[in-house]
Amino acid sequence: MTIKLGIPSKGRLMDKTFDWFAARGITLKQTGAEREYSGAVEGIDGVELVLLSASEIPRELAAGRIHLGVTGSDLVRDKLVGWDTKIGEMSVMGFGHADLIIAVPKAWVDVDNLDDLDAAASAFRKRHGFRLRIATKYHHLVHEFLKANGVADYQLVDSQGATEGTVKNLTAEAVADITSTGETLRANHLKILTCEPVHKSQATLFKSRTAPWSDADRATMFELKQKLELGD
Amino acid sequence: MPLKTMPKSRVRVEAARLKAYFETLGAIDVETDILLPAEVLLDLYGEDIRHRAYVTNDPARGEMMLRPDFTVPVVQTHMDSGADPARYTYAGEVFRKQDDLLDRAAEYIQVGYEVFDGSNPAAADAEVFAAFSDILSPLGLRAATGDIGILMAAVRGLKTTETRRNALLRHIWRPRRFRALMNRYSDKGAEMREENFARVRANMAANNAPAIGLRTETEILDRVMALSTDAAEPSISSSEIELLNDILSLKETVPHVLSALRDIAVDMDAILPAVNQLRARVDALDARGVDVENLEFETAYGRTSMEYYDGFVFGFYAEGRADLPPVATGGRYDALTSVLGHGRSIPAVGGVMRPAMILAVQEGAL
Repeated sequence: MTIKLGIPSKGRLMDKTFDWFAARGITLKQTGAEREYSGAVEGIDGVELVLLSASEIPRELAAGRIHLGVTGSDLVRDKLVGWDTKIGEMSVMGFGHADLIIAVPKAWVDVDNLDDLDAAASAFRKRHGFRLRIATKYHHLVHEFLKANGVADYQLVDSQGATEGTVKNLTAEAVADITSTGETLRANHLKILTCEPVHKSQATLFKSRTAPWSDADRATMFELKQKLELGD
Repeated sequence: MPLKTMPKSRVRVEAARLKAYFETLGAIDVETDILLPAEVLLDLYGEDIRHRAYVTNDPARGEMMLRPDFTVPVVQTHMDSGADPARYTYAGEVFRKQDDLLDRAAEYIQVGYEVFDGSNPAAADAEVFAAFSDILSPLGLRAATGDIGILMAAVRGLKTTETRRNALLRHIWRPRRFRALMNRYSDKGAEMREENFARVRANMAANNAPAIGLRTETEILDRVMALSTDAAEPSISSSEIELLNDILSLKETVPHVLSALRDIAVDMDAILPAVNQLRARVDALDARGVDVENLEFETAYGRTSMEYYDGFVFGFYAEGRADLPPVATGGRYDALTSVLGHGRSIPAVGGVMRPAMILAVQEGAL
């Protein structure tokens, strides 16, 4: 048996993950042609590399098809209901930082925080006959956040891309999206609410609670934790 | 037998028994669709219902929802029928996603009893509670009661602007935001109100962003004006804030609560009609043989879970098992019928029970 380690199959997230493990004496490598999704692990025995789309890693961890996985904490919390019953956080990795934030048109001089958003939503619904629309792909996290803060009279509308453009296109009044620099938001005449972000995301190493862990796997895991300098 | 493995066939038999009981009380048996148009429910309950109910899409009919509760379809059936007064009973599946409580059932059978009779609301409240209390009495459940109408009456009587009263009323069912608003309108919020307006003025002076989106400049200016008015407005007096806190913290047996509320009403006469309504209900409950001397009452009961309940609220719980959902809940929902009837209000009170929970309690198998 081997421990399956799922990591993002392309881009900066993959490169940074390779660097993170390399700094700890474990070399992860893409094998074969550059675009072939297979890999190898050096520096420890009994660990197999699986290259996956970052958005599929939460699901694979929850289903127990991989033992360990690297992905954004935002994806885990939004995609997995009761996430901490199925998987555990082993280590934050210090890269891939991005905040899930709520933004409104900069021209809304009367709205800076959640109190304002709630008041604006109430008046908007009365005037327009429907709830103020917030475009997002993070339905679960945004709903939990707004519910905990008692915001009413809004609705979430699904937007899987170019979310910042929805306000100008009149398909939403506000947006909830991931941002690291806020540049796209500014370019689209939006401003971020001053409250705490809905979620502060970063690349995180997760462990599956549902995957089969044989004795050999546990021994490998113990060794891996030592190398990664992780406690229990 | 544990709740989870309770065979549906047994639950159906129990549901039929309960429904037959409500029929002996004069209720007509109603059936409703399981697949409901999502629009009405979404408009009523907002984003919360989308996360609690199963939503599905039909290319021709649009978004549809698996029945999350019977209230809305039963009220609609009643409105179409035109009968008045009327009593209904029903039994069938409801469907709820349990995002936070994965071990709770996502599909279960409910039995309900609803009374549409405006002639004597106190008597109708007592009739529904007594009907539930009687049939559930062998189980030794703990009954909880409350009355959201008292808090609403107190808010409506506050000596402040209508805008503030409406803002508080809108958040009656969201305690955290209600509390934040109370603070903002009180003495300790005076500075915050001024800062709010100053902040917005500064935004206006600095603003050079193009107007985008559906929310117009007029709407933005209206809100700026509202903030300006609110900053200039005196605070809600500390004595009124204290009275609101007193009302919110009441948790006692009914006789104690009644006497405390009568004391509060000396300084806040706006709640008198609601207190008298409570008294009339207590008398009606007493007349029906309910042990009102020992009945628990909590002003804040039902505030978080029962949006649109705007008067009497009640629940029955398995003793010592706060982790389990209630065996039965109910209350008065005139505000909901008013929204569904586009202003045409139909006084309504009712409740639901979960036959599977009843069976489980009976067997002591929880």
